[in-house]
Amino acid sequence: MTTAYTPASEPSGGRSGSLRGRRTGSILADRAATVLLWGTGCFVLLVLGSIILHFALAAWGVVSVNFVVGDPSETSLGGILPILWNSVYILVLTMMISVPLGILGGIYMSEYAVENAITNAIRFAEESISSVPSIVVGLFGLILFVDDLHWGFCALAGALALTLFNLPLMTRLSEQALRAVPLDERSASLALGATKWQTIRHVVVPLAIPGLVTGVILTAGRVFGEAAVLLFTSGIGTPVHYNFLNLDITNPASPWSPFRPATTLAVYIWKLNSEGLGIYVRQVVDGSAAILISMVLIFNLGARGLGRLLTRRLTAA
Amino acid sequence: MAQLTSARRAPGLRVAPSFSERIDLPQRVVLVAAGSMIAIVVLLLTFVTWQGLQLFLKDGVSITQILSSTWQPDPTYPPVIFGLLPFIAGTVYVTAVALIISTPLSVGLALFLSEVAPNWAKSIVQPALEIFVGIPSVVWGWLGITILVPFLSSTFPAHISISLPIVGTVFGMPGFLTGFSWLAGSLVLSVMVLPTITSVSYDAFQAIPQELRTASLALGTTRWQTIRHILIPAALSGVLTAVVLGMTRAAGEALAVQMVIGNSPTLPTALTQPLTTLTSQITLDMGNTVFGEPWQDALWTMSLVLLAISILSVVLVRLINARRLGA
Amino acid sequence: MVTPTSTQEPMIRRVEVTGPVLDEASAGHDVKVATVHVSILYGQKVAVRDVSLDVRERSIMALIGPSGSGKSTFLRCFNRMNDLIPGASVKGEVRLDGEDVTDKDVSVVELRRRVGMVFQRPNPFPMSIYENVAYGPRRRGQNDRRQLDELVETSLRRAALWDEVKDELRRKSGLALSGGQQQRLCIARVLATQPEVILMDEPASALDPVSTLRIEELMRELRESYTIVIVTHNMQQAARVSDITAFFTMAEDRAGYLVETGPTGQIFTRPNERLTEDYISGRFG
Repeated sequence: MTTAYTPASEPSGGRSGSLRGRRTGSILADRAATVLLWGTGCFVLLVLGSIILHFALAAWGVVSVNFVVGDPSETSLGGILPILWNSVYILVLTMMISVPLGILGGIYMSEYAVENAITNAIRFAEESISSVPSIVVGLFGLILFVDDLHWGFCALAGALALTLFNLPLMTRLSEQALRAVPLDERSASLALGATKWQTIRHVVVPLAIPGLVTGVILTAGRVFGEAAVLLFTSGIGTPVHYNFLNLDITNPASPWSPFRPATTLAVYIWKLNSEGLGIYVRQVVDGSAAILISMVLIFNLGARGLGRLLTRRLTAA
Repeated sequence: MAQLTSARRAPGLRVAPSFSERIDLPQRVVLVAAGSMIAIVVLLLTFVTWQGLQLFLKDGVSITQILSSTWQPDPTYPPVIFGLLPFIAGTVYVTAVALIISTPLSVGLALFLSEVAPNWAKSIVQPALEIFVGIPSVVWGWLGITILVPFLSSTFPAHISISLPIVGTVFGMPGFLTGFSWLAGSLVLSVMVLPTITSVSYDAFQAIPQELRTASLALGTTRWQTIRHILIPAALSGVLTAVVLGMTRAAGEALAVQMVIGNSPTLPTALTQPLTTLTSQITLDMGNTVFGEPWQDALWTMSLVLLAISILSVVLVRLINARRLGA
Repeated sequence: MVTPTSTQEPMIRRVEVTGPVLDEASAGHDVKVATVHVSILYGQKVAVRDVSLDVRERSIMALIGPSGSGKSTFLRCFNRMNDLIPGASVKGEVRLDGEDVTDKDVSVVELRRRVGMVFQRPNPFPMSIYENVAYGPRRRGQNDRRQLDELVETSLRRAALWDEVKDELRRKSGLALSGGQQQRLCIARVLATQPEVILMDEPASALDPVSTLRIEELMRELRESYTIVIVTHNMQQAARVSDITAFFTMAEDRAGYLVETGPTGQIFTRPNERLTEDYISGRFG
């Protein structure tokens, strides 16, 4: 290595030519990269647009009021009312169980947990359940609820299995929403002599409501579209006509009972595809898929919109 | 001047703490809620592992047998061999190609959103990505079977080959007979894991402090040079995590994959041939088997393999990120 | 060296100017960078209004003034870093060697090689010391090992960091250095691109007093070969280090503007403007 200044590395105190018209290779590479990266954005929009367009077109002649409120038929196009009912039913049941659990768990992780072995174990458990394939979660539900507890295929087994599936995400989203509440608000409450739980109940949770609501709606969207978990827990039957006037929830014939098999929209699509009987299969599935996507879209956009609305009302008040 | 006698002293701080102060009931309750997840995982692991081991413990099948490539589970056609290799290989093959297709696209999209896109473009693409995430897997499978599979079989039905003038045939493979194939499965999976890899990579790029970008640009480099030499190395552990998460999702996907891969329990030799994965075989056979018979035990063993893969990936993600925190 | 008579009351401080004094007559050097009626806007809001300023080759110009007066924003037009701020626009001309750099045809990348910048907080890359310094030349295509070694050594010497790190160039990360060393590393990194002009945005404000003085020494050395423009809120520093001082302040509509420019000695002892005198003597800002 040299130890003195050499001419090769003299400072350029003087001039070194115009700044214009330098088309070096690196600038070309930069332009090419920019074009490619824009291309990825356009690609996503293109794919999504075509999917939505495809289903809009495919479902055009199929989806109608009759389709939504009618019963499945083997001889004509029929409808999907019982199946749609099952999807909503299982969704509500699942949310009723997993949302309180998730929010409570989120409160613990956000407000009480310190970095110790238990917290680490909880996080590891969270990550593990979310990595387990949904079919395996369904199989677990199969062993535990359907076989060992002898419930057979039923909506309750499906809802509980979906709770297992949904819990990690619900907990994590709740934790995030709660953590986002600023420290100042908590300090103010504690400085006024409130206990920790009072602070959580009256200050932190109310302020976190927009984020919590968004989390609930987002997870609801995921649950609504889930099929693998339900295949072996709530069953793959062929729903018949439901008598909604039968309010006896212990009676498996009543659509209000959780103790009966319940085929949901997503499962129905898969079932029709694998059995493929009947001349109207294609249309029924296209229509069902269109409705499924629309519901998910509504959930998704609704979550964002509602979250924004609530935040605005909260901070403006 | 008032005299402060002990009788008139105001009650000080030495009041005994109330019940709710001593035993923080809410804390116990929420701890139970959070801790239930540990219970769930333990139960899940126990049950599935127990069932999965029955093939070896109760039915006496050896580990070497499950590594064979012959799958003949039906007792009405002896000999019965439970070779799981076709399924394990199928899962690996389909996942690998899906990642090869999806990773460059996803990381590119993440870079686009993080570094290149103006705000108006972000506000269109980000919601689009969220909708992408929301599309249920059966819908992807249905799209695959109604659009992709017929497209593949009608466009490339015959022998596919690429020949160069002097060298001759450089690459050849049999065409898509029915369209149900390895490639169809990987294509469907790649769009399904794209949002996952994109969003985790995006977070990784966003986490890089702005100062590094400013420092690089002020030295007279182009944006692409900054991305290539500063941002990607800095975000590497985040991107690796994203890919592992994508891999886990792809390997665990059951229904969408099952609808388009053809489900033939043989090892494919080309992208155009059908194959089977662990998940799709379980989905297909579970309903036809009886609890306790060896055929179903084999399916449980396959579930155990899937479970092992997913737990391993969680550990892998932790390893990737632990190194970064430690350094 | 500054001997303030008091820091409490708003009395006139005696400021001794010991930096190199450049009076009008010996300013035989050409104008290196200049702005002609430059205004900078963020959207509709004017951040800097109508500044015309000449900076001569191989001199140090200090931009002083209260916070909010647009000094850093103005500094950033010399290397067009304001381009990175969405909504920012620059009116008027910014010239390097007489050429207008705001022109669309101009290569911003080339501009930033010739006009380098050192930031307020040191921001070394998460790489070895060697790679930090070699970063600029490498991106320009310089890959010859011997030439890079030379360049790295020269730059580190000029930044007065060589002796402290010469044995650990490749092993030690830039982030493992102390604050003052990191800033000198950032200076070496800029020097490696062989610039003509060096912009410094409060380069020592995040450093301890000892490191600050070393950076100031460094500036005086660098002045022999480079043109330097520094923003500082520390008047004593400006007095110690610069040849010419420009005083900025904030108008009622919160736009920054140039009040007066002059040789440092004159600005600090006999300023022309009342506002300048008030600032120097501590009556505001």
